[in-house]
This record gives sequence, structure tokens and C-alpha cells, in this order.
Amino acid sequence: MKTSLDNSVVTRRNSVLRVINSIKTSDIVRTSKRIKHSYRQIRTEKIFRRTLIFMGVAMVLLVLGIMLTLIVESVPSIKSLGIGYLWGKVWDPVRDIYGAYPFLLGTLLTSFLALAISVPFSFAVAIVLGEYYPKGWLSNLLKNTVELIAAVPSVIYGFWGLAVLVPIVRSFETKVGVQPVGIGIFSASLILSVMIIPYAASLGRAMIQMVPSQLKEAASALGATRWEVIRSVILPYTKSGLFAGILLSLGRALGETMAVTMVIGNTSLIPKNIFSPGNTMASVIANEFTEADHPVYLSALIELGLVLFLVTVVINMIGKRIIKRYTTV
Amino acid sequence: MKVFKGLAVAGLAIAISSSMALVSCNGSSSTSTTDSTSATTNSDDNTILGAGSSFDNPLFSKMFSEYNKTNGLKVNYQSIGSGGGILQLTNKTVDFGASDAPLNGKQDSALSAPVVHIPVTAGAVVIGYNLPEMKDTLMLTPSVLADIFLGKITKWNDAKIAAINKGVKLPATGIIIAHRSDGSGTTNIFTTYLSKVSEEWSTKVGKGSSINWPVGLGGKGNEGVAGSIKQTPGTIGYIELAYAMQNNMAFAKVQNKSGKFITPSIASVTAAADIQIPADGKVSLTNTDAADGYPISGFSWVLIYKEQKYNNRSMDRASKMVKLIWWATHEGQQYSSALNYAPLSPAAVSVGEAILKSATYDGKPILQ
Repeated sequence: MKTSLDNSVVTRRNSVLRVINSIKTSDIVRTSKRIKHSYRQIRTEKIFRRTLIFMGVAMVLLVLGIMLTLIVESVPSIKSLGIGYLWGKVWDPVRDIYGAYPFLLGTLLTSFLALAISVPFSFAVAIVLGEYYPKGWLSNLLKNTVELIAAVPSVIYGFWGLAVLVPIVRSFETKVGVQPVGIGIFSASLILSVMIIPYAASLGRAMIQMVPSQLKEAASALGATRWEVIRSVILPYTKSGLFAGILLSLGRALGETMAVTMVIGNTSLIPKNIFSPGNTMASVIANEFTEADHPVYLSALIELGLVLFLVTVVINMIGKRIIKRYTTV
Repeated sequence: MKVFKGLAVAGLAIAISSSMALVSCNGSSSTSTTDSTSATTNSDDNTILGAGSSFDNPLFSKMFSEYNKTNGLKVNYQSIGSGGGILQLTNKTVDFGASDAPLNGKQDSALSAPVVHIPVTAGAVVIGYNLPEMKDTLMLTPSVLADIFLGKITKWNDAKIAAINKGVKLPATGIIIAHRSDGSGTTNIFTTYLSKVSEEWSTKVGKGSSINWPVGLGGKGNEGVAGSIKQTPGTIGYIELAYAMQNNMAFAKVQNKSGKFITPSIASVTAAADIQIPADGKVSLTNTDAADGYPISGFSWVLIYKEQKYNNRSMDRASKMVKLIWWATHEGQQYSSALNYAPLSPAAVSVGEAILKSATYDGKPILQ
């Protein structure tokens, strides 16, 4: 009974629609096949546009949702620890005292140190590939190798760091005269610097290749050497792009977890120098999340995630400012 | 533009409501568990779900695959760590949890119904070290061990270490300490032991699965600590017995409560568990009175709800699970030694029997 009734409703509705449609479409069909074609095109166009907008909006919502979850989940910790969480120097799960300062310091120290080490390399690669050898087998080899660096899973860097880099750093430390441990902030920064080279390098290469050849030719015509062309035409022209590449590298360095945790030494003590062991926010979360067995502890770890999120946002915003200033001048 | 606005508003509403739902769901699961949905009711009754201790995982894999051959029961055990297993049991998404530490007060209060602890295996934590020139086995007393990990003894040739290891040439190098960086039951056993034997450790540092280490380097997992020890001469650290034996590492003899220096082994761990065990099975095997027992040992427990009728669980499922645990604490123990786990002592088995018999379904005992 019920189904037949439903069917009749459906058919009646359909027939109404069909009548309207038939009037419209029959006209169109009669006038030209091409118009019908474009009518369909308009419809697909609309659907396509809506899909795109929906997907774009979904990304924004995803980020907002993540941030909201982080905030709500860290409420217990914010309530019990307050703002002092940010500069608290002790992280003691046994006594429920949590301070993010050692990890905040560790994250910033490793990331910026890594950036300082990697920037000369990534710029060199970018200039070689963008200006000196834009084509040819050598350039292809170099380009693919650098891109491969980004494709290697970070745990492999961790293993390599532990097995190869740490002993080298240890013998270096013996010569320098600090406690020869090998593991520590310095090793973590070295590993990170290798991992982040490709980001600045590929963006920089693309930017350098986009410099108009007229500019370079004009400079050469005026008697500039290769070095002078690079220094006074290419680098100023690509400033903002190169900086965006650095920013991308920095973002990667801030969030890197696995490779860092394997070589940094994972201690909650505040590092005394760049050779001492330390810890980063991402690494603490990865290490302690599974066994965080009381509510405030869990919440403090989530708040650490929130702090990391905010640090990334702030650094990105500052970076955008700087890029904007460079491009407008 | 209008379309965009409409979509944006709708999307925003969906996202906020969904994230709120997610948040509120998480929030409720950590505070009250009465309304939590259960995965157990949905899955078929021939698969038992378990989660928890990663220490137990190799043994459980062996046990459960053997049990599957004879009884056809599938067990899906997720080795996500003791804390995670307890959380899953609290949320009633698994049939049993497994933990290297008994429930603490906060975990206990989060539960909606009483949970019982059944000892299922025992393990030990050994003190691994790297002293290339030393041929004899290092010997340690509890107080010296605590002083080393407190950072008070910093050189290998310290008078206190030399006094125990008479006639042994100790190097004049610094002691480097390696500990676990990830939260772990191994850390829990080790720090419980140190808290028992050292007043200073107990007040300054305390016990737990992650603690605030006064000194040292953190390595991720047993392999991380073992890696630090192997690579760096002068390093000392604690590792699981099974891991140390499989990797042929040098480990120290530790003085027990009776004054004997005991080499950690499967036998000495089982010996440590041969003591009066309380009826609830919750006992730490650290520093026990057993004369030949290795002092840094610990049980691992299976955790189940005492009343098995919850979330529409069937009687069939409950009895299958209880029988499985019964088997694991009896016939299943034969697989322990080969995997470097210590078999349960007779005392532990009988306590486990009594606890399993106390498990009920709708108020009636499951095992007759």
C-alpha cells in the first residue's frame, strides 16, 4: 500500500517536472544542439565550482576544528596550571607539575639552528640549479637527489643519525672538550638541517628560473659578471620567494618528531649549551602520550600541542609580514 | 557569492557541531563512561578484543595463536601501552586490558564498575652497562644504584662502587645515564623499586611510567636505551630482561633484600614472585622477601570487569574470555620461558584462579 502511494507521488512530481523541463528543453533543442550543449556546460560548471568551494571551505573548517579540539581538551590543564605553564621550568608527571619552557626552548633552538645550517646549502643548490645548470643530466641528477631527501621517511634519518652521525658528533665533542655523549640538541639540529634542505632549495630554484632573462641580459650587457648578476639582479628579485622557502623549511623543522626524538636525548632539563641533551614539544608528545595516565597529564600534553600549533601560526604570520614588505618595496 | 556564503555558513555550522560533538564525546569518555558506545557488542562473539601493555605483546601473540589452533577463538590484541589499554577498558571498547602496573587511584575512580587484576606473567628490569675493559660482572647495591640515577655518583671509580666490586679495576670515566623517554611499564617497575629502596628517590623523584629524571639521556623504547648503552662507553641504563637477553647485553647483579647479589634470569624472577600474594593480586614484586629473588621484578596483569554483564555482552562471550585467561595463566605459561618471560609462581597462579572464579555474569559466577 504504502509503496504504491509513494510511487504515485513520485511519478506525479516527476511528471510536473517533466512538463516544465520539456517546455524549456524542447525549445532549446529545436533552436540548436549547441545551445543544449552549453546549457549542460553551465550546469557542470556550477557543480564544479561548488565542489571546489566546498573543498576549500572544508580545509578552513578542518583547521578551525583541530584548533577548537586542542583548546577544549587543554582546558583542564589551563585551569590547574594557568599561564605559568608557558615558562614553568619543571615537567614532573609524578607530582603533576607541568612547564613547557624547556620544550619550547628546545623546539626553537633546534629549528633555528637547523635553519642556520641548512640555508647556505639550500640557497647554493637553488642557485646552481636555477642559474648555472638549469638543464642537463647533472642538473637532473642533483634536482632528483635533493627531492629524494624530502621523500625519505624521517625515522630513517633517525636511525642514520643514531648510527652514523652521533658517533661523529661524539668524537667532535671529545675534541671540543664537552661531555662526549653525541646525543643532544646539536645532533638533532644537524639531522633536521639535512631534512629541510629540499624545501627552500626547490622553491628557490623555481623562483630563480622565473627571473626575466631581459634583466639578466641587461645586467650582463652593462658588464656585470655572473656573480654580480646573481648578487644584484637575481637575489633581490627573488627575495620574497627565497624567504618563503625558508619559512616552509622552518615549519617542517618545528614539527619534526621521529628523527629528533631519536637523537636529542629526551630530557626535561633545560639545555645548558647546544651540545647538551634537550627535548622538543613534538617529541615529548610522541613519547609520553600513550602512557599519560591521569587527566591533567594528558591535558598538559594536549596543551603542549596547542602551544606548538600557536608557535607555528605566529612564526608563519611574522614570515608573511616580512614577505609582504619585501615584495612591495 | 551568495552560494559561497550559504555554503560557508552551512559548512561552518556542520564543522562546529561535529567538532563539539567530538569534543563532548571525548570529554564524557574521560569523566563518565555510562553512555559510551561499545565496539564489543558489534563485533562477532568469536573474536575477543584486548588492548594494553606492549611488554606482554610477544607472549600474548604466541599464546593466543596457540589457543586459536585448539579452540578456534580469535583474539585481537592491540599493543598500545598499558595506559592506553586501561583507557580502552574504561571506555568499554575492549574485553580485557593488560597492564604492567596496577590501576592507580585516578584510573580507578574513572571506572564505572570494579575491575579485577589477574597476574598473567612476570618480567624484570635489568641494569645494562658498557664498560669495555671490565671482565667481571658489575655488582650493585640498592643505595648505590639510587645514587647513580640521582646523579650523586658521577664517576665509575667512585669509592662506593669500588667497595662493592672489590678487586675489580674500574675506569675513571664519568657515568652516563640512559633512561626511557617514552612512558613505559619498564620505567614504572624500575622507579617503584628505587622509591622503595631509597628515601631520597621517593621524595625527590617518585615513581610512575614517566617521571622527571634528575640526570641522563632519554632513549625511545628498549632499543633506544640499549642503543645508547652499546654505543657509548661508560653508559648505564635499565632495560627489560627479555630484550637484554635476546641482545646479549651485559647486565649487573643487584643485591636483594636478603643481601644476596642476584643475576637477573627467568628463574630468579619467578623466585621473586614466590611470596605471599594478596587476594586482589595487586602486588609489586620489587624488593620482595624471597631469598633468591631478583629485586627489580614485576607482574603484568590482565584487567577485566568483575561483573561481565555490561553493554549487552552475551554470556557466551564472557565465558569464552574468562576461559581464555584461565588457559593463559595455566597451560599458556609453557610458552613463557622460550620468549624470556618468567612463568608465574604457584602462589600467583592460585591467586589468579580465585580472582577468575569471582568474576560474575549477572551476579552468577562464570566459572563453576
